[in-house]
Amino acid sequence: MEQELRELYQEVILDHNKSPRNFRAIEHPTNFAEGYNPLCGDNINIFLIVNDEGIIEDISFQGSGCAISKASASLMTSILKGKTIEEAENVFEKFHELVTDKLGDNPNIDDLGKLAVFAGVREFPARVKCASLAWHTMINALHNKKEKAVTE
Amino acid sequence: MDIKVDAAVNINNRTYDVEKIRSDFPILKTKVHGKQLVYLDNAATTQKPLYVIDKTNNYYNKYNANIHRGVHALSQEATEEFESARIIVKNFINALGKNEIIFTRGTTESINLVASSYGRKNIKEGDEIIISTMEHHSNIVPWQMLCAEKKAKLKVIPINDQGEIIFEEYEKLISEKTKFVSVVYASNSLGTVNPVRKIINLAHSYNIPVMLDAAQAVNHIKIDVQELDCDFLAFSGHKLYGPTGIGILYGKVNYLDGMPPYQGGGDMISKVTFEETTYNELPHKFEAGTPDIAGAIGLGAAIEYVQNIGLENIAHYENQLLNYATNAVSDLQGLRIIGTAKEKISVLSFHLENVHPHDVGTFLDFEGIAIRTGHHCTQPLMKRFNIPATSRASFGLYNTKEEVDVLVRGLTKILEVFG
Repeated sequence: MEQELRELYQEVILDHNKSPRNFRAIEHPTNFAEGYNPLCGDNINIFLIVNDEGIIEDISFQGSGCAISKASASLMTSILKGKTIEEAENVFEKFHELVTDKLGDNPNIDDLGKLAVFAGVREFPARVKCASLAWHTMINALHNKKEKAVTE
Repeated sequence: MDIKVDAAVNINNRTYDVEKIRSDFPILKTKVHGKQLVYLDNAATTQKPLYVIDKTNNYYNKYNANIHRGVHALSQEATEEFESARIIVKNFINALGKNEIIFTRGTTESINLVASSYGRKNIKEGDEIIISTMEHHSNIVPWQMLCAEKKAKLKVIPINDQGEIIFEEYEKLISEKTKFVSVVYASNSLGTVNPVRKIINLAHSYNIPVMLDAAQAVNHIKIDVQELDCDFLAFSGHKLYGPTGIGILYGKVNYLDGMPPYQGGGDMISKVTFEETTYNELPHKFEAGTPDIAGAIGLGAAIEYVQNIGLENIAHYENQLLNYATNAVSDLQGLRIIGTAKEKISVLSFHLENVHPHDVGTFLDFEGIAIRTGHHCTQPLMKRFNIPATSRASFGLYNTKEEVDVLVRGLTKILEVFG
């Protein structure tokens, strides 16, 4: 496989695509939002249970999408569980800067932990939306926005 | 099964020399990610032969001027070339007269023109318009907009699992309430060729006019509008090896005559005062403003190019390629072909189990292969098959058996990675 492709489709991503974590609905979420990418028809629903202290007690997703969007949603749910809303927003910003190449040539991806596997997306501008759909939807859910998150 | 694709076949005493044809298309020599380009996205747009590129350039280089206005030499030459393109189109689809050929920006604008002009004048509250499940958004939305405005109803002919119109359901839908039928001749997502003659005959028995979206049919099927007896027909230049931004609306003169103009402006008038305007005669009534002159000339050239090879020869060759490809991919584990109609144009839509079409698209891109992935602007159709999207390889007159082999090797690799 070519280098750029291998960086895009890392083992972690392929694994999360094949067996996504937290891939289920939450029956009575405190926060919920639908995300949609009109370009490819991908849709992702995000469910959250946020407690009174503002901590994400549970987070899950459902929907259909490509390997990048599914793995991104899967990893996102794994990472955000137990985080506060503020922390979640900070991770989102870091992640967004990573995939949109705002961190420059030598991004300090250590802070991002497992999310660093998405660094390869920078080389594929057409796929940035795939990686960020779940995140935009999560932010909308946290703010309980009624309108769908749309990546276009 | 061994399926033969002859690179140099002899049909009707004409040789189909695919290598020679390929040399007419400069872009086919392009490298993508270091690999030889394999262009299999012809249903989205086709590449352009040098003949078309040269004819278009020639207009800008040698006789660029506005048409239908000037008395100077360049304007006359431009007008002559533009109007000859109209005659080429007229002969290509065997229209009765050149006044039935209207230049538009493409299929979408042609359909919008009819929905807007004919539709607004004739469709009333409670009327029904029939389309099919496999329509492109461009043959859904204009009618939806019209129906919303007029409180009319949009009726949709269902399709079977092979992706064919269920004719009996069409027979049930059509009634005295039906005032217009607009269907796709050949589906861009499935490849299905619809039984348009039967559809038209039934509609005509109720005196209902029929429009055909021929965007995908026009480069595969010889169209004779008089023989088909369709009332309107639309297609685009860019799917016929011609330029983008130019398309055709064919309409029977008795319909076009009774229709109000679509847009107002220059060229579509015969006399303007501030009190009143008299409209120009057909086809100019529907061609307000300076058109895409180079585009029209390029479209004329594209038709000449295609006719020189022969549409029957092209269809014969592409059918062989489609059969070869269909057979080759059916060996791949977990691949499901979407659209298995008996009669198809050379479109191969498929779904790989556990692999999203966008991942397929990105992987194939690295092999130099261009295919389309997504909903193909037919979201209701995707819903019918319960999938969000498909991967689609569509073949043109310059594709080869070897290119199909490259595609199959690429798909095999993907299945290994995602398996």
